Amino acid sequence: MKRLLILGGGTAGTMMANKLAPVLEENEWQITLVDEYETHYYQPGFLFIPFGIYNKNDVIKPKRDFYPSNVEVIMEQVEVIKPKENQIVMKSGKVIGYDLMIIATGSKVHPEETEGLKEDGWYKNIFDFYTIEGAVALRNFLKYWEGGKMVLNIIEMPIKCPVAPLEFVFLADWWFTEQGIRDKVDIKYVTPLPGAFTKPIAAKFLGQFLEKKNIQIVPEFSTGRVDSENNKIISWDEREIDYDLLVTIPTNMGSEVIARSGMGDDLNFIPTDPHTLQSKDYENIFVIGDATDLPSSKAGSVAHFEADVLYENILRAVDGRPLKSAFDGHANCFIESGFNKGILIDFNYDVEPLPGKFPLPGVGPFSLLEETRMNHWGKMTFRWVYWNLLLKGAELPIEAQMTMAGKKRQ
Amino acid sequence: MAEKTLAGKTVQVDDEGFLVNPDDWTEDMAPELAKEIGIDELTDKHWEVIRFMRKDFAEKGQIPSIRRMKNAGGIPTKDLYAMFPEGPAKKAAYIAGLGKPHGCV
Repeated sequence: MKRLLILGGGTAGTMMANKLAPVLEENEWQITLVDEYETHYYQPGFLFIPFGIYNKNDVIKPKRDFYPSNVEVIMEQVEVIKPKENQIVMKSGKVIGYDLMIIATGSKVHPEETEGLKEDGWYKNIFDFYTIEGAVALRNFLKYWEGGKMVLNIIEMPIKCPVAPLEFVFLADWWFTEQGIRDKVDIKYVTPLPGAFTKPIAAKFLGQFLEKKNIQIVPEFSTGRVDSENNKIISWDEREIDYDLLVTIPTNMGSEVIARSGMGDDLNFIPTDPHTLQSKDYENIFVIGDATDLPSSKAGSVAHFEADVLYENILRAVDGRPLKSAFDGHANCFIESGFNKGILIDFNYDVEPLPGKFPLPGVGPFSLLEETRMNHWGKMTFRWVYWNLLLKGAELPIEAQMTMAGKKRQ
Repeated sequence: MAEKTLAGKTVQVDDEGFLVNPDDWTEDMAPELAKEIGIDELTDKHWEVIRFMRKDFAEKGQIPSIRRMKNAGGIPTKDLYAMFPEGPAKKAAYIAGLGKPHGCV
């Protein structure tokens, strides 16, 4: 019996288990999934918790509900991966061998990487919203906040869901308006990037939104340290910004097990072929989702498009056939823009977000790089799609590869 | 593709003046490249950074990030910002002839 090992039962690992379990020959292949945690978080929902739109129960379900019944599940921490020996060693010392392995160990935030960030101000007037704890603590703070200087700060790139910080300030503008205190809140968007986004057309478009909503952007600010006693963030080149409330996106890093196994770069992301998703160092290891070092967004939509390509390549590896170089960096992101409206962007490694209609060219119902109510509706419906279709590996009516149909070059 | 002459040698550069082929680069081009972006003198500490970047690029095939320069090269981030103001990753790569570091999405 051969073993396909999946490390990580988050969005990407669960999708892969659900896609492969029905098709791999059960007499030949045992699928084993390893994940030490019980709870699956709908991470895109964290954004809505600080504003009371979702609560904790809206974004959690047991991971087990989504694992296929014929997959062996091991709930334990992995101590180390030994890729040269095709083995992993569990914390208990138990050794598990594999023939093929999919690494889907994700990424998480590390506030302790920045001097002064996780000290006296942490969860008092400094919050993240990329964890359930941070999102809930920020909710409790915002409920009673009477206004002041709010700074949204991205410590360094890359981060998961690079549009979430923008969505946060757009929603904050709306929420403070609803509370009747918008005139008492000064909002700054502080980013290490030269603009609101990485790609020029979208950066310009989204930059106009910040301006319209009276949110000041501070570009090219790389945070060196936080002085939580005096409520300041200080850049590496000694520029200072005062805050009363700091909403921070800390450094994002891959799993510690990758570091312990010596398989990652300086942020514990695994060198991965950008088109086949095969590990650059080991031919029987594949990497998906946030765990990769690909120059694509770290986002659920990317994991979803990668899963379609990886599914095919795992079957090819099983059959001993050459891999397909089919992944193009496709990402698709709804950007909640406040006041029940949203923006949608669709792009890949080579083509930046462009205006147009999606997914049906000329028809929609969604509009690319444009603010509409329908886009907001798409974002809110996505939670149902995620739990009921996406995680279960169902086919969605969107191709894995980006298409130019329906898009307008500028 | 644009060209320019550095230390008496003609090399290909991109729209922003970054060398297209890192192999075209020689150490005597560095002071000229540095002047172009407002760094008048390359100190020993600058050279430590440039040489680490060249060596790491040759070994790994990737332009080292600021974090990698700290972890693997032992160069404090604060020093990098002081030596190469307003964007050390980009400026140091420019002087070291390594092409533009690709940002992340």
